[in-house]
Amino acid sequence: MSVLVFSNPNEGSFAKSALEACTYGAKVAKALGTDCHAVTYGQVSDAEIAKLGAHGATVVHKAGSLETPDSGQLSKLIATAAAACNADVILCSHDLTGKAVAPRLSARLKAGLVTGANALPTTDGGFKVNKPVFSGKAFATEVITSAKKVISLMPNSIPPENTGGTAQVQELAGDFGAKKVTVKETKKRTGTISLPDAEKVVSAGRGLKGPENWGMIEELASLLGAATACSRPVADIGWRPHHEHVGQTGVAIRPNLYFAIGISGAIQHLAGVNGSKVIVVINTDPEAPFFKAADYGVVGDAFQVVPKLTEALKAFKG
Amino acid sequence: MKILVCLSKVPDTTTRIAFIDNNTKFDEKDVQFIINPYDEWYALVRGLELKEANTGTVTTITVGGADTDPIIRKALAIGADDAVRIDSPASDAYSTAFQIAEYAKDKAFDMILLGKETIDYNGSQIGGMVAEMLDLPFISLASKLDIAGGKATIECDIPGGTQVLEVEGAFVLSAAKGMAEQRIPNMRGIMAARSKPLNVIPAVAVEPLTKTESYQLPPAKAGVKLVDPDNMAELVRLLHEEAKAI
Repeated sequence: MSVLVFSNPNEGSFAKSALEACTYGAKVAKALGTDCHAVTYGQVSDAEIAKLGAHGATVVHKAGSLETPDSGQLSKLIATAAAACNADVILCSHDLTGKAVAPRLSARLKAGLVTGANALPTTDGGFKVNKPVFSGKAFATEVITSAKKVISLMPNSIPPENTGGTAQVQELAGDFGAKKVTVKETKKRTGTISLPDAEKVVSAGRGLKGPENWGMIEELASLLGAATACSRPVADIGWRPHHEHVGQTGVAIRPNLYFAIGISGAIQHLAGVNGSKVIVVINTDPEAPFFKAADYGVVGDAFQVVPKLTEALKAFKG
Repeated sequence: MKILVCLSKVPDTTTRIAFIDNNTKFDEKDVQFIINPYDEWYALVRGLELKEANTGTVTTITVGGADTDPIIRKALAIGADDAVRIDSPASDAYSTAFQIAEYAKDKAFDMILLGKETIDYNGSQIGGMVAEMLDLPFISLASKLDIAGGKATIECDIPGGTQVLEVEGAFVLSAAKGMAEQRIPNMRGIMAARSKPLNVIPAVAVEPLTKTESYQLPPAKAGVKLVDPDNMAELVRLLHEEAKAI
């Protein structure tokens, strides 16, 4: 048996979340007393492949000629690699591709699936994995009862560890089926940091009174190297684009630092951000529920506090 | 156009989460249940819009006991033509997906739509599993869906942008924000829903592959540290030295 990690390349390189999954795989393999293999595909340079070895994979199975957005083909690819290395535990990141591939693989292999795991599995009295449920308002301990298991790892749950190892690369051949999904166009937003991957996020709500006042939020975000976000009402009335809406029905995020400016902290908003490691709340209302979920709070008017904070940050950065 | 929309019953978004029986069961006392918002606001409404623009039918499917009938009636009031309930307590995602795939396999649906995840278990599992079981393409987290000439054009948010995908033939799609706007059922819809078919079908035998052993509530925050609004240098210092966040 072995542990297999699906390493999905993003434009030829591996994102931090892919390296986290590789580290996670290496730790699971170590706990089970076996090896960690990785499977990848497409045009990926040797230098990128070496990162998988450095993060704990001993063998990398690579289907270099496969380029596809079709999760059906990817699940066949991973199943082929799993058969080649006799994998009982298959892991991936709980990102866009992982969310499509992991359930397909689970159904294909009749392997019990836990999505969005936030910690290493335990094997004392059954194979158990923890994950956030109820949009982060609680956690569940899931038991996988099948012989084969699939787990997707919530990004930003464990830090990637470069152990300095090297992986042997094996070309993977097989029939991965017909491509049923094609990419017609990819549109990039320029100059902004992608919200789900952001380590720091500056978010603002109705307290800002209008879309014309977001300049100071964007300035603070760019100074911090943070992504910008907003509350649901702000997205619904069209002050900010929908992809910036964080909360239970928008994007759930878990950055290291989250600034909530002029957001009262409705339970649905908190559900989407309470995985954040450090929360700073700036609000005029000392009774705003968000202060209960915050690590640091400033009771004050955003229009005065935010420019002062920006000045203080500039002074700090010298 | 024959459309199947999967609906899940979940606690209302304002629910205070609590557990009973030694933290092994969700406490349903005084909980208001609703249709999973992603299933209702985005998948169901987009299905109805496509039907209205192209003719066809929208059927909903739910795996659950009779206690799910009220939320199914609401979907009928919003505009679904008929509903199917697979009569089985919802177990793990695999067994739920298996029930849906067994029902759909010989019905030639043009598309199977559902929300990107449920707001209770946050699994994002059912769509991909149903797609694999039926050997159909699966598009996850789609924010736009249009049909023309037997082809579906689908937009998805990707890290730092959007991607436009094309699929020919039948497919499974999970819907995210942007796909459609919530519809409030009107009195005529509510009256009509009473006489629309809600077909209860026995479940097929399937073994679940996972089970929930216990739940935990997150540890309470230590309490907020308030900083003087005139002393933002202190906040920067705390974030740097104490929280090590900048």
